[in-house]
Amino acid sequence: MIERALTGSSRYYGWMTLLGGLIGLGVISYAYQYNTGLGITGMSRDVSWGLYISQFTFLVGVAASAVMLVLPYYLHNYKTFGKIVVLGEFLAIASVTMCLLFILADLGKPMRALNVILHPTPNSILFWDMVVLNGYLFLNVLCGWVALLSEKKEVPPPKWIKPFIYLSIPWAVSIHTVTAFLYAGLPGRHFWLTAIMAPRFLASAFAGGPALLIILCLIVKRVSKFDAGKEAISKLTTIVTYAALLNIFFVLLEVFTAFYSNIPGHMHTLQYLFAGLHGHAQLVPWMWTSTILGVGAILALLTVPGLREKEGLLALTCGALFISLWIDKGLGLVLGGFVPSPMEAVTEYHPSAPEILITIGIWSIGFFILSALYRVAISIKEEKMV
Amino acid sequence: MAIDRRDFLKVAGLTTVIGLTGGGLELLRPGDLDASAPGHEPAAAPGAKQWGMLVDMSRKENWQACIEACHNLHNVPSIDDKKEEIKWIWQAPFQEVFPGSESAYMSDVMKARQFMVLCNHCAEPACVRVCPTKATFKRPEDGIVMMDMHRCIGCRFCMAGCPYGARSFNWREPRLDALTLKGGRKINLEYPTRERGVVEKCTFCAERVDEGKQPACVEATRNGGLVFGDLNDPHSEIRQLLRVKSTIRRKPEVGTNPSIFYVV
Repeated sequence: MIERALTGSSRYYGWMTLLGGLIGLGVISYAYQYNTGLGITGMSRDVSWGLYISQFTFLVGVAASAVMLVLPYYLHNYKTFGKIVVLGEFLAIASVTMCLLFILADLGKPMRALNVILHPTPNSILFWDMVVLNGYLFLNVLCGWVALLSEKKEVPPPKWIKPFIYLSIPWAVSIHTVTAFLYAGLPGRHFWLTAIMAPRFLASAFAGGPALLIILCLIVKRVSKFDAGKEAISKLTTIVTYAALLNIFFVLLEVFTAFYSNIPGHMHTLQYLFAGLHGHAQLVPWMWTSTILGVGAILALLTVPGLREKEGLLALTCGALFISLWIDKGLGLVLGGFVPSPMEAVTEYHPSAPEILITIGIWSIGFFILSALYRVAISIKEEKMV
Repeated sequence: MAIDRRDFLKVAGLTTVIGLTGGGLELLRPGDLDASAPGHEPAAAPGAKQWGMLVDMSRKENWQACIEACHNLHNVPSIDDKKEEIKWIWQAPFQEVFPGSESAYMSDVMKARQFMVLCNHCAEPACVRVCPTKATFKRPEDGIVMMDMHRCIGCRFCMAGCPYGARSFNWREPRLDALTLKGGRKINLEYPTRERGVVEKCTFCAERVDEGKQPACVEATRNGGLVFGDLNDPHSEIRQLLRVKSTIRRKPEVGTNPSIFYVV
C-alpha cells in the first residue's frame, strides 16, 4: 500500500522535492551542530531550552488533536468523521515524529539517548514523556494503517483493533498532560508553576490541531477528488471555536492570578512577554501578534455568518488561529519560562541561522511524512469513489 | 466486539482511580514522605552524613582565591561569553542570591557585597528528581549531589529544574587549551577530562571528601569564611556555628532544603 506514496501528479513530486531540499539543508546544519556542539545555537546558560524544545511542545498538541476525531467517531459513533479520522491519525504520526526529532536535535549527547531506556528513571517526567510519545506513535501507526487497509478491502475493521483505538483516546490526553508536567512541576520557575498548565495545553491543542486539519482538508479537496464534506468541516470548526475560547479563558486566569496577587515572580514573565522587562522586549511584538490573531480568529468564528461555507475565509481564519497558537506555545511559553532566570537575570534568546535551518528541516520531515501518508490515504479514497 | 464502549469506560475510569491513588503517589513522592519536613534529620538513614557548608560573608575572606582553587582543580574553563560560561562557584550580588529579600532601605554595603554561590546540595534536589538517566544523583551515604558527566545525555532538564541556577552546560568544547588557559593557569592532569554537550556543577569535591580532605574552596580560605561539615552530626563544627550564628538559606520556600547556610 505504501508504494502509492511514490505515485502522484507532478505537483506532488514538486512539493516533495521542495521538502526534500529543505530537509537536506536541515541535515547539513545538524551535521554542523553535531560536530561543533550546541554552542552554535542561540541558547545560553540562562535560556537553556530554545526553539527545539518549544517546537516539540507545540507539536505534541497537534499530535494530541487526533483524539478530537477518534473520540466522537469511535466512542459516540459520530459517522461524519469516519471519512477523515485516518487523516487525523496520520497527522498525529507526522507530529509525534517531529516531536521525537526535536528532542533528539536538542540533546547535547544524542548518541547517549538510549540511556533513558538503559537507566529508566520513573521519577523523571522526561522518562514518561518518552514512554507516552513512542506509545502514541505506535498506536496511531497501528490504528491508522489497519483502518485504511480495511477501507481498501471494503471490510469493517477487525475486532482486535478496537482496544487499541479505545486506548489511543486517553493516551492522546496523556501525551499532552505529561508534556505539561515537564514544566508544571519545577520549583523556582513561576511562569510554569501552575496547576492549569495541563488544561491550557489541552485547550490550545484541541484548537490548533483541528484548525490545521481543516486547512489540510481544504487543501486535499483542492488537489484531489476527495472531499471531507461540509458537515465534518463544520463540526471541526465548532470544536476549534470552543477550544480556542477555553484557551483564551485559561490564559486570562493566569493573568488574573499573577496581577491580582501582585506577587512579583508571578508577574515578571507576563510583563516580559507583553510589555518588556528591564528594557528587554524582543518577544513583545510576537505576543501581541499572537493575541490579535487569536482574538480576531475567535471573533470571526463566532460572528461571521456563513463562515463555515466560505472556504477561503475559513482557511484564513484557521491559519490565523494556528499561527497565534504557534507563537503562544512555540515561542512564548517555553522561552518565557526562562525569563527572568532564577537569579533574576534577563537574558534574551535569538535562534541562530543553523538552529532555524534545523527547525525548518524537521518541520519539512514532518510534512514529507504527512504528504506521503495522505497521498496513500487519498489514493485509496479516490479509488472507492469511482 | 471484544471490548465495547461501556466496558472501555469502566476500565478507563477504574485505571484513573488506581493511578491517582496508588501509582500516582510514587511519582509525586520519590523518596520518603517525611522528607519534606524542615531540617535534614528525618530523611537521613541511620549513620548517614549530610555534608553542608556555612558561608560567612562577615569574614574578610579572599573569595577570589576560593573560586580559583575550585576552577583550577577541576579544569573549569574560563569563557568570557556570559551566555556560555561555566561556573561551579562564583560571586553574585544580594538581589540575585536572595531574590525577593532585597529592600530599598538596605545598606549600601550589603547592596555592593558579592555573595559566594555554589550548588546547594539540597536534601530534596529538584535536579535529581527531573534527570531522566540518573546522571545527577544524591549519594545516600553523605547527601552530596553528584554529576556523572559520562551518563548525562545533555537534555538540560536539571538546568530548568534547579531553582538556583547552579548548573552549567558545555555548549562548546570544554577541554582547556591554549585559548582558554589564562594567567599562567595549568591543567590539573589528576582530574578526569570532560566532554562537550553535558551538564556540570560543583560536587563538593566529592573525590577529596572521600579521602578525608576538605573541599578545595574551603581549603583555600584564610579567615574561616567557608566551613564544611556534617549537618547530621550534632557535635560537628558547622552545627556548633549554626547554633550560635543567625543564618539564612536561599529560597527556602521552594522546599529543596539547601545545605548551604549564609551568615549575611
